[in-house]
Amino acid sequence: MGTFSTLLLQKTEIFEIVKMSLMVSGSATIISAFIGIPLGAWIGLSDFTGRKLLLRIVYTLMALPPVLAGLLVFLLLSRSGPFGIWELLFTPAAMIIAQCLLVTPIITGLVAAAIAGKEGIIFDHALSLGASRSQAMWTIIKETRSSMIAAVLTGFGRAFAEVGAVMLVGGNIRHMTRVLTTSIVLETRQGNFEMGIALGIILLIISFTVSSIVLSNADEFKLT
Amino acid sequence: MNLFEIDGVTKKYGSRTVLDVPQLKLQTDQIYAVMGPNGSGKTTLMRLLNLLDTPDTGHIKFIGEDLNEPGRRLEVARRMCMVFQRPFMFRSSVFNNVAYGLKLRKERGAECDRKVKEVLNFVGMSSFANQLATRLSGGETQRVALARALVLRPKLLLLDEPTANLDPSSVKHIEEIIRNWHQQYNTSVIIVTHNLFQAKRLADESILLINGKVIEKAKTADIFNAPQTVESKQFLDGTMVY
Ligand SMILES: Nc1ncnc2c1ncn2[C@@H]1O[C@H](COP(=O)(O)OP(=O)(O)OP(=O)(O)O)[C@@H](O)[C@H]1O
Ligand SMILES: [Mg+2]
Repeated sequence: MGTFSTLLLQKTEIFEIVKMSLMVSGSATIISAFIGIPLGAWIGLSDFTGRKLLLRIVYTLMALPPVLAGLLVFLLLSRSGPFGIWELLFTPAAMIIAQCLLVTPIITGLVAAAIAGKEGIIFDHALSLGASRSQAMWTIIKETRSSMIAAVLTGFGRAFAEVGAVMLVGGNIRHMTRVLTTSIVLETRQGNFEMGIALGIILLIISFTVSSIVLSNADEFKLT
Repeated sequence: MNLFEIDGVTKKYGSRTVLDVPQLKLQTDQIYAVMGPNGSGKTTLMRLLNLLDTPDTGHIKFIGEDLNEPGRRLEVARRMCMVFQRPFMFRSSVFNNVAYGLKLRKERGAECDRKVKEVLNFVGMSSFANQLATRLSGGETQRVALARALVLRPKLLLLDEPTANLDPSSVKHIEEIIRNWHQQYNTSVIIVTHNLFQAKRLADESILLINGKVIEKAKTADIFNAPQTVESKQFLDGTMVY
């Protein structure tokens, strides 16, 4: 009951934190999708030397620890770093960049894997029915769209739930760069376990809602 | 008129030669049956004819035009269509699957709808038009795959065991469709079949392929009545030892 009243008390601040979480992870996911889907499709469809090596690198990066991604971006954006003049460290932009580093390999790898298994048979059918090569590629992408949606959702889940990267490059600054996961760390450190758990439940509910909305829309265009 | 002229064509997978056809001529406006044991290279031949693979050596001409001619692939390929041995259905409705080839050719609207409905009716799949094509049974899938090819009115239909999954009355029905279509639209047909009776019922000429080589090509009746080689005789008797 105590937690519930604190939740009500801090409603506006929690709302602000949730908005920041969604904005950072959402932006990172959208940017990563724009890079990862074409890149993954290209790797999955093409047949160049070094493709296997590239795939292995992508798969390795899929397991990149968030703190490591955070550290990398931190070094790049810090005062003395190559991009220090942009003064992005401890801003939402830095958090988005770090999460892109995490999410892009996930989307790329999952899309490449989804396409690489089925592309031959779809390509053959499309060509035989009179598709040009680019029409056939487009058909493959359309046919594997549910895997792409799953890839993007997985990427979003990863970004939304990670704490290491956003903590390092965002700094968990109140009203500025505080997100759900970093707040949970803070509340836990201060001994407010109930608050930590409450925030964790909010995080899960939002994840559930986002994937439900995306998947129910996905169901709709299966039959168009 | 020559439909296909095949000249010195071989196809290898790894170090194994799976197709070796020094000379073969097929005429337009015929129904050809291609027969032979499993793994004898029937599908490989069909893929070469459909421009899905290129031969390792030799040339194939389709109505006088070399299939290796660069830049002409699309135009040549759009005059033929293959129904695959294991048809793949696009993740969409039966209707959209059949409309797919027309849409590729920028045909849309009422005329497109009419054509799709007509062929679906032809293959007895009208009532499935709005169902998800990936959930059809094996036989239903084959009918839709055939409809998807017929709707394009190709000069040449390549059929790789199109009735393998069908019940006897559906086999008869599909054979009728193939025959009607052949007569009505002057469509040339090359059909791979393991069903010797089907070859007898449908094909003007039959081609016997064993170990990647054409063992015999003759009028279907002649092949069955008087096979010219020991292998043909053994294959048709069912006494061939593989
Ligand atoms: N992509 C491939 N890679 C390697 N080997 C292949 C490939 N495609 C076919 N083969 C081999 O080539 C040979 C001929 O295959 P093909 O599919 O043409 O046989 P088929 O006559 O159609 O047989 P079936 O009656 O079983 O359909 C087989 O031994 C097959 O294993
Ligand atoms: Mg075959």
